[in-house]
Amino acid sequence: MTDGTRGLLLAGVGGQGVILAGMIVADALVRAGYDVKQSEVHGMAQRGGSVFSHIRWGSDVESPLVEKGSAEVLAAFEWAESIRWVEYVRDGGAVVADIRTIVPPGSCTDRRAWSTNYPAFNADLFSDRRLKTRLIDASSTATELGNTRAANSVILGSVAAFLDIDDVHWEAAISKLVPKGTQDVNLAAFRAGRSVPMAQIPAPSPDPEGFSGPHEIDIRHDWCKGCDICSRVCPEYCLAVSVDGELTITNAQACTGCRLCEMLCPDFAIAIRPPGAQAIVPEAAVIGGLTR
Amino acid sequence: MTLDVEPRVDDRRSVLLSGNEAVARGAVEAGALIAVGYPGTPSTEILESIAARADMDVRWSTNEKVALDVALGASLGGVRVLTTMKHVGLNVAADTFMTMAYTGVGAGLVIVVADDPGMHSSQNEQDTRAYARMARVPLLEPSDSAEAKTFTALAFDISEEFDTPVIVRTTTRVSHNRGVVELGPRTEKPVVGFDRDPQKYVMIPGHARTRRPVLLERLDRLSKYVEGSPLSSESGTGSEFGVVTSGIAHHYVREVLPDARVLKLGMSYPLPIERVRDFARSVDRLFVVEELDPWVENDLLAAGIDVEGKPLFPQIGELSPDAVRKGFSEAGILPKQISIEPAPSTVARPPLLCPGCPHTPPFLALKRLGAVVTGDIGCYTLAALQPLSAMDTCIAMGSSIGMAVGMAASGGADGPVVATVGDSTFLHGGIPGLADAVYSQANITVLILDNGTTAMTGGQEHPGTGTTLQGSEVTPVDLVGLCESLGVRDIRVIDPYDMGATFSAIEGAIAHVGPSVVITNRPCVEAPTKVRDTPYQVVADACTACQACMTAGCPSIVWSEETYEGRRKVVIDPVTCTGCTLCAQLCPPLAIIPVRVGEESDHD
Repeated sequence: MTDGTRGLLLAGVGGQGVILAGMIVADALVRAGYDVKQSEVHGMAQRGGSVFSHIRWGSDVESPLVEKGSAEVLAAFEWAESIRWVEYVRDGGAVVADIRTIVPPGSCTDRRAWSTNYPAFNADLFSDRRLKTRLIDASSTATELGNTRAANSVILGSVAAFLDIDDVHWEAAISKLVPKGTQDVNLAAFRAGRSVPMAQIPAPSPDPEGFSGPHEIDIRHDWCKGCDICSRVCPEYCLAVSVDGELTITNAQACTGCRLCEMLCPDFAIAIRPPGAQAIVPEAAVIGGLTR
Repeated sequence: MTLDVEPRVDDRRSVLLSGNEAVARGAVEAGALIAVGYPGTPSTEILESIAARADMDVRWSTNEKVALDVALGASLGGVRVLTTMKHVGLNVAADTFMTMAYTGVGAGLVIVVADDPGMHSSQNEQDTRAYARMARVPLLEPSDSAEAKTFTALAFDISEEFDTPVIVRTTTRVSHNRGVVELGPRTEKPVVGFDRDPQKYVMIPGHARTRRPVLLERLDRLSKYVEGSPLSSESGTGSEFGVVTSGIAHHYVREVLPDARVLKLGMSYPLPIERVRDFARSVDRLFVVEELDPWVENDLLAAGIDVEGKPLFPQIGELSPDAVRKGFSEAGILPKQISIEPAPSTVARPPLLCPGCPHTPPFLALKRLGAVVTGDIGCYTLAALQPLSAMDTCIAMGSSIGMAVGMAASGGADGPVVATVGDSTFLHGGIPGLADAVYSQANITVLILDNGTTAMTGGQEHPGTGTTLQGSEVTPVDLVGLCESLGVRDIRVIDPYDMGATFSAIEGAIAHVGPSVVITNRPCVEAPTKVRDTPYQVVADACTACQACMTAGCPSIVWSEETYEGRRKVVIDPVTCTGCTLCAQLCPPLAIIPVRVGEESDHD
């Protein structure tokens, strides 16, 4: 590593303002007289994906990228992102993590365990790695100051507490780069961020009781006229009507038992039953969950 | 994002600029009067950063080929012209590019091509340095913002001195890296005027044959020029080993080996072979560190210079200080790396269609209809991901329509064949495909997702928007009229926020025998104007946790802590919800309702 060059990493979710925050940090460092490089990725990553900004400063900066295990500070604007990027922080470095949670919709897909696998709050995660840790609730602090959107300035204030940069430079950079008319609240948020209290970590919420397995879909074919209502409404795409107008089960394992098909069938031709439960349609007609 | 190149730090001429802003600044200082391109990550902000200048004509073209044609015309007319595109854009412009290498230019013409190693936002990671070799066009590789400015300005001089287009190749890490740049004054370059010279500019075979030797002779002169050019620079000490490098890789090498002997190439085609040969003689081992393909390495090996490069330094993906350190460690130059404790596991966070995206409902319909969907380049490509999972192909700009024609002709599709293409992409490369669909009477449906902007790259104007990059109002392309004139007999325009109408329009268009077109008409919710309507909320007591709303994959809807029959109920984030109503239309128990004015959602 180049002598004296230091690194900082900002991370969050697309739309949180990570890139603007990175520009503010870089601008403050230039004002403080450093050579600065700041790197980020735009484009597809902005669409709700994980967004990061690397900042490096010193007398003569070479790489714009922070190497793993070398950042002074990681500032994460969202809890899960703090975990994703923690390996970039150097031994003895600091993590500022907002306890805001943004659960990605893509993790709401496990229709068996009904778990998002979103990581639980755990301050030990960082202290075990010998990192100075500050979990904050920036949004609450910013809301108290009158503008929730100033939360990023609270985070920057908290970052500033770990860096040796004069507040004059921070405040000049913030005033210059935040939207017009929000300078005052952002400056107040920055100052509050310097001494923002450790957030109360919310108690973990248990995942709901998982269910026992796919439900059975019983179809009474002699009542079904192939109208397609059930297949068009099934959230799990379990059903399909063939070109001959015959209703078939295309994805039996995926049924969660929501009963939309059963409730919307104008001909009462479908019944859903929990695994192991008795068939509702006449026993003789049941062939392995399907009826004929 | 709107960026400017005015000093960010007051009272100083040294300012913090992104590589893209610095490229634009280089063109400004070199006296370019016209800048033209097509948006594409990571190149887009170059033109945007100078759009506000009154002393320059800055414009988006319909596609990269048209942009390069415009640039060549302007150059022959005698003005310095900058043209910008991403790496795959040069494929589109390659037809003009390959022959303009023969004709040469009028006033300076610089082509900035932004490569995307690692494919942060691209469909491939091709290396533009291959094009330089194929066309025999010089290529400069800036390594940071400061060089992005000076190299771009210098490229105009080289272009005029050698009568050639010049490529400035950046990569994502140069384009999207901010660094300190010294600003200089703008040079005034008056319009020189067009010098009629059919022998040089009309490339009929007889004329082109006379230009081919000129091309090779020019390359010889360039090779001599680069030998003594200050574009190459040496640093460091020692004779044990040396490193030849270029672009961003230079900084990674300097980062991990601060004192090593390094020969940095500012122009990586043609190479200063003799200079490298001398450098090679002065060291025991010679390494080449370059991002992507081993072009420099191959050229040096061909010249009989023994080098080590790939696979020590990977040709797949971006380089990084970590990757360069690992390579030198494997080569025995650096000690073995200490392992970093890996990050604990966390949730995956792939990119998504935005809350309220008007692309979502049509793809939900296509999924239900079991369509074979040939997709295209744009935000809507994200419909290929879960939970929509409603796209089967995505190759290149405009490819969706031709591929649909072929897919239908094959008879191998197990569902109706539908091409999906955005408005900007349709105008860029889709029109010939639609003409082909009509010509071949292909039984396909073309879904034109007209959101009135080039959304994926941040919302740029195009010929269909009726506005220009510099704010003029112009006549927009009439998509319906265009499709009619191409001979499409079944054209439906729909509001994609009406799920029922969207479903039946697409179903009806699919039933039509022969080519049909469905055009959606809702604007992008993010650009050019943020669309925000009354947000919606979930009445928890009414929610049966059926997951019908979750099929849309809206980022504003996630599972709540409450359950119904063991399934998770859902909750809507009132801050990000745009009020598009799609989820409310999908909800069978009508549990999703607007947040009443003055009422915060009590279910979040």
